[in-house]
Amino acid sequence: MNKINTRNNAQKWLSYRKSPASFLMYLAVNIAAVITICLLLFIVIYILIKGIPHLSPQLFQWLYNSENVSLMPALINTILMLLLSLLLAVPVGIFSSVYLVEYANRGNKMVGLIRITAETLSGIPSIVYGLFGYLCFVIMLHWGVSLLAGAFTLAIMILPLIMRTTEEALKSVPDTYREGSFGLGAGRLRTVFKIVLPSAVPGILAGIILSIGRILGESAALIYTAGSVAQVPTSVFDSTRTLSVHMYVLASEGLYIDQTYATAVVLLIIVVVINALSGFVARKIGREN
Amino acid sequence: MEKFQIENLDLYYDNFQALKQVYLNIPAKEITAFIGPSGCGKSTLLKSLNRMNDLIEGCRITGSARLDGEDIYGDMDINMLRKRVGMVFQKPNPFPMSIYDNIAFGPRTHGIKSKVKLDDIVERSLRDAAIWEEAKDRLKKSALGLSGGQQQRLCIARALAVGPEVLLMDEPTSALDPISTAKIEELASDLKKNYTIIIVTHNMQQAVRISDYTAFFLLGEVIEYDKTEKLFSMPKDKRTEDYITGRFG
Ligand SMILES: Nc1ncnc2c1ncn2[C@@H]1O[C@H](COP(=O)(O)OP(=O)(O)OP(=O)(O)O)[C@@H](O)[C@H]1O
Ligand SMILES: [Mg+2]
Repeated sequence: MNKINTRNNAQKWLSYRKSPASFLMYLAVNIAAVITICLLLFIVIYILIKGIPHLSPQLFQWLYNSENVSLMPALINTILMLLLSLLLAVPVGIFSSVYLVEYANRGNKMVGLIRITAETLSGIPSIVYGLFGYLCFVIMLHWGVSLLAGAFTLAIMILPLIMRTTEEALKSVPDTYREGSFGLGAGRLRTVFKIVLPSAVPGILAGIILSIGRILGESAALIYTAGSVAQVPTSVFDSTRTLSVHMYVLASEGLYIDQTYATAVVLLIIVVVINALSGFVARKIGREN
Repeated sequence: MEKFQIENLDLYYDNFQALKQVYLNIPAKEITAFIGPSGCGKSTLLKSLNRMNDLIEGCRITGSARLDGEDIYGDMDINMLRKRVGMVFQKPNPFPMSIYDNIAFGPRTHGIKSKVKLDDIVERSLRDAAIWEEAKDRLKKSALGLSGGQQQRLCIARALAVGPEVLLMDEPTSALDPISTAKIEELASDLKKNYTIIIVTHNMQQAVRISDYTAFFLLGEVIEYDKTEKLFSMPKDKRTEDYITGRFG
């Protein structure tokens, strides 16, 4: 039996003949989509072709030196940096959004102030964060160029992003859930933690994934704050280099272009893996709800 | 026996006065219906009885409202008040969790942790709300998969699970089909043995069918309040008569 609920090409042509504008629109959106996909594929394939042949076991050795520009220390540093900055920014971001959406009163001056601050912060180029981190954490607090200074700088950088996405996620939780919970005699705290936040988890995770992307890709904000020592740190006050900074340094030295591409491949794989993982977590949590 | 005594209650939303000098004594273990045209303050008064209006900023209440002689707006703990005075909303609002967890949410809130006790409460509440047969095989499934009528009975079960004395129902059947509506009406009549029920309705037949007392509201005032048969057969006020005979503005 033929499906009757699809339009065949002849029928499509007929309706496009009647309205050329919608045909143009149809063409435009298709071309735009194709261009986007081609560009993305081109970048990825280019990096893979340039990088994969140079992925050697030496690149994953524990120690970095000028004979062997191992990316292992940078890989470990990247993960440390990622965890530390998320640990700093995510709780603060989520709790301040909970305050804005669930606790603050209408017309509260603090709310306006926090929103304006967050919006302004999200528009600042990352090198400015780097400069601020350098002056504040490295110099003023005497932390030196270190993992800690870098993580604090990145945490401040991603805070507005996490706040904005969490706020949207909280606002999209229907008020009828809150009414239902209060109506049963649950207090504000229980309502927020048992009803509102669980419903908002997918949206909050989306914000965290975006933040992870920014952290992994960041170099400008880290050069002056976390530095570029290619060693696994022994404390949070050691200077570290992440993969992005590693690539920047290798490329600017000009001697290790092949290894730079190989590093790019590794970074690419990490991003894909983390995105897949968080997508998986989001679906898992979404299903439980 | 009076469950609620409302005296000289005025309510303002910012500068708009939504309730004007309301005096109302609501009898225990009977069904009281609130009727009146849209926007006359029925929901507003209902929400004043378990302080859900506290969530609305700019809402100001004067006068007094007492539950069993105890001032609702006095020293009474607000969460205890809401435990004693449960609410069922116009649109069914199950939480996005399993049927079991929906019902257990209230008891857990009030400190019940034992699995055995919770199991017992869940079954009893679902039975009392006449939805046990439909729900018993899918307790661990999401409540959002139930039909609208089932969801509303689930919400009634959820309200019963905390052991309230009063059930406030704000147009509980307005989003439901006639069969689900009949089920909920029957349920309300059953529950009256153990609970005081106040129901807001736009459906005059519904008020006649299930309620013992009826209050007619107009523009924030209680125009007439009487036994249901009396109010519908011999209304004292011309405006009540106009409204119940459908001749209203
Ligand atoms: N949160 C609010 N802020 C301001 N005004 C409100 C608010 N809630 C209700 N009102 C106003 O108070 C009046 C009474 O509203 P209420 O919801 O109690 O009416 P109702 O009798 O329940 O009507 P309906 O039958 O349509 O549900 C209305 O004029 C309404 O516009
Ligand atoms: Mg209403």
